[in-house]
Order: sequence, then structure tokens, then C-alpha cells
Amino acid sequence: MSVVSVHSISLRGIAAAVPVLTYSNLEYGHIEMPERELFIKTTGIRERRVAGKHQSTSDLCYEPAVQLMNKLGWEKESIDAVIVVTQSPDYFIPGSAVILQNRLGLNKSCLAFDINLGCSGYVYGLYVLGNLLSSGQLKRGLLLVGDKSTVSTAYTDKSAYPLFGDAGSATALEYDPSAGTMYFNMGSDGSGKDAINIEHGGSRNGIDETTFQLMEIEPGIAREKRHLKLDGVGIFNFALREVAPNIRGLYEAAGQTLENTDFFVFHQANRLINESVRKKLKITDTRKVLYSLEKYGNTSSASIPLTMITEAAEALASGELRLCLCGFGVGFSWGSVLLHTKSIVCLPLIELP
Amino acid sequence: MISAEEFTDQLVAEFEEVEPGTVFPDTNYREIKNWSSMYALIIIAFVDANFDVQLNADDLKNTQTVRDLYNIVAEKAKA
Repeated sequence: MSVVSVHSISLRGIAAAVPVLTYSNLEYGHIEMPERELFIKTTGIRERRVAGKHQSTSDLCYEPAVQLMNKLGWEKESIDAVIVVTQSPDYFIPGSAVILQNRLGLNKSCLAFDINLGCSGYVYGLYVLGNLLSSGQLKRGLLLVGDKSTVSTAYTDKSAYPLFGDAGSATALEYDPSAGTMYFNMGSDGSGKDAINIEHGGSRNGIDETTFQLMEIEPGIAREKRHLKLDGVGIFNFALREVAPNIRGLYEAAGQTLENTDFFVFHQANRLINESVRKKLKITDTRKVLYSLEKYGNTSSASIPLTMITEAAEALASGELRLCLCGFGVGFSWGSVLLHTKSIVCLPLIELP
Repeated sequence: MISAEEFTDQLVAEFEEVEPGTVFPDTNYREIKNWSSMYALIIIAFVDANFDVQLNADDLKNTQTVRDLYNIVAEKAKA
């Protein structure tokens, strides 16, 4: 795909929520202390938030959505579309957006559907919802993005368990003919489908006697086939190959320069990957590249909005900013966007008990 | 391309926990003290940043010593 633009869309506000329960990777007893310390140093992930049995993905998105609508003064009846981006929906069916349409008290005339994407999903969500609204026939939309990734990671799998945290978010988009242009550059490569994968439970393999059988893959890595598996080397190489060229292509087509960007918000994969991308792009001002992964880990599709509100709330709320957002991961799927924000509503991080 | 010895020293400098002077070109890198899979990622990042070469899973699987890594990097850097 070449670079595409979306017009007449204003990003009005962002809110995000994490569970209050905090796990420290320094206390991850499945591996020895030196390995824990090396893990934290390399990935940058010190703590993660973990949802309890009582908290679903839609729970993590509901509260940010309610508080954001209140803060913006958006009446329930004024919402024309709600999109949920998740890979850990409340149920296989129905989709989580339909559930949230009802729970949020939105009109029955509201469009509601899910997008099945992970780490790249926030950028895709902005593109899809932005396009839905850009003709002006629908005016207001909510993009609800989140995952309860910890539901599918095995404690005995050191390659996945300490990476992920749970989070939900809400982003408000509105039709606004005076808004600037958003530029998008997105890509897909399904040859990477096995790099991050939950093998069992879907229509390919279903459920059988091996689904819940703990199997040792290699020392330190044991999991069941219902669990998420993650090929760290494969993902790292994918990110090194695709992300920087994608972002460079975006800037080139948009006729913009990296120097004029106020903040780069990359998916919070891990520090080693994100720093490699930063160096490839020759971004020398490290203050412009935001990180929240030390406190929240890899929060899948929620990582970009979560990082925006925890690391740049004041700047986002008080003035105009040029942002570059980039998501990449499971699929493989990736995408980046250049957008312009103007004093948006940024709610303080919500912590859910 | 730098020498195998320089390559080894630069790589070891990336492994902050490893004492300099304890790893040589013919050291089996998986036998470095406290080796973990994190080191594989550090090697990939180091090689990518300094030689613009990507090491894949097979490259790692097929190598034992630091010199094996060096040879693959030198080969790929030429291409």
C-alpha cells in the first residue's frame, strides 16, 4: 500500500485504564535473579499491570470511554460509531464493540464492530474510524483499543510471560472540516503468522486433549497450546526490516521531516527493539521518543494511547503538536501515522481495582 | 570489515554483565556466564546497528563461536 491520507478528522481526546494489580518482573520466580535483571535491562520492562479474573477487555475500555465522553461533554446520543480493536475479546462471539454500544448506552443506530489486530491496531483503528467519519455523514466516533494479553500467557514461559501488561483505552474522533490531514502508511505480511500465535481454540485446530497439556519447548519455556507463543528473534528481525523504512516512506510521501515532529510514539514492544528503530531513523533527541513500558510492559494495541497520556499529557493538553505514531507486531502487521493535535483532552490514567 | 578480535571485543562490550577479557573469538558464545535468550537479541541489535546486517534464527542456530558469527556477518556485509 502507498501512503494514504484522511481529511477533516479531529482527535478530541484520549483516556486509558490499567488494572491496579502490579506485577514486578524482579519477582518473577520462574527464572533466576541474574536473568531477571538482564531481562529488565534489555527489554526495559520492570512492572506490568495484570487484570483479575473479574476484568475483561471491555471492562478495561468501558471506564475510559465513559470518563472521556463526560469530559468532552459528548451526549451518548451523539456517538455515531464505536470500534473496538482487540485480540482478547470478551467472547468469541459476539464482538466487544456491540457489547460496549449497549453498556455505554449508545444509540441502536450506532455502528459497532471489532477489528482483530494487536500491536499495529491503534493506527489501523484511527484509519478506519477516520475514514468512516471523514465524509461528515457520521460525526462522532469512539475508538476503544485494548487487550487482556495476560489471559493467554503461561507463567512457565519466560519468552512471553514477563513482557505483557493489560490495558484499555478510548480515543474520541470527530468530523471537523477545519482539521489538518492525517497521513498513513500501513503494511501486512502474513508469512509471520507463526511468530506470535495462539495455536488452539480457533477453527484451525479447535480444542483437543493437547490443548491444556503443558509441554516443555526448551529450558524455561513450557506452555499449553491455548497459550500465546512468541518468537523473539523472528519478531525482532521483522521490526528491524519493516518499521524504519515504513516510517521513512511515510515522511517522504507526506512531504514532512522527522525534525519537525514533536513526539514519536512507538508501540511499546521492548526497549531494545524500539531503540534500534530510533537509531535507524537517526532520531538523536531521545526526549522525543516516548516510553511507558518500564511501568506497564507491552500493552498490545493500547500501548500507543497509554504512552501518550502517561508520558505527554501536559504537552498534548496545552498546545499544538505534530506526532508520529507507529504500531507493529502480531500478523505481521504494521502501520504509522502522522497527525496534528490541538489541545486535546487527556485524562489522567485510570486505575481499576 | 574489522578483525574477528575487534568484533569480539565490541560485542562483549554490549554484554554489560560479562567481564572484558573473558570471551575470545573461539569462545562458544552460548557458554558465556549467565547466557540467556536475551543475549541473542543483543547480538542481533549489535550486528544490525554496526554492520547493517540482519542475523536470522538459522544464523544463530548454525553458529557456535563468536568467530562463526563474525564470519556470517562478514559474508553478509559483502553481499
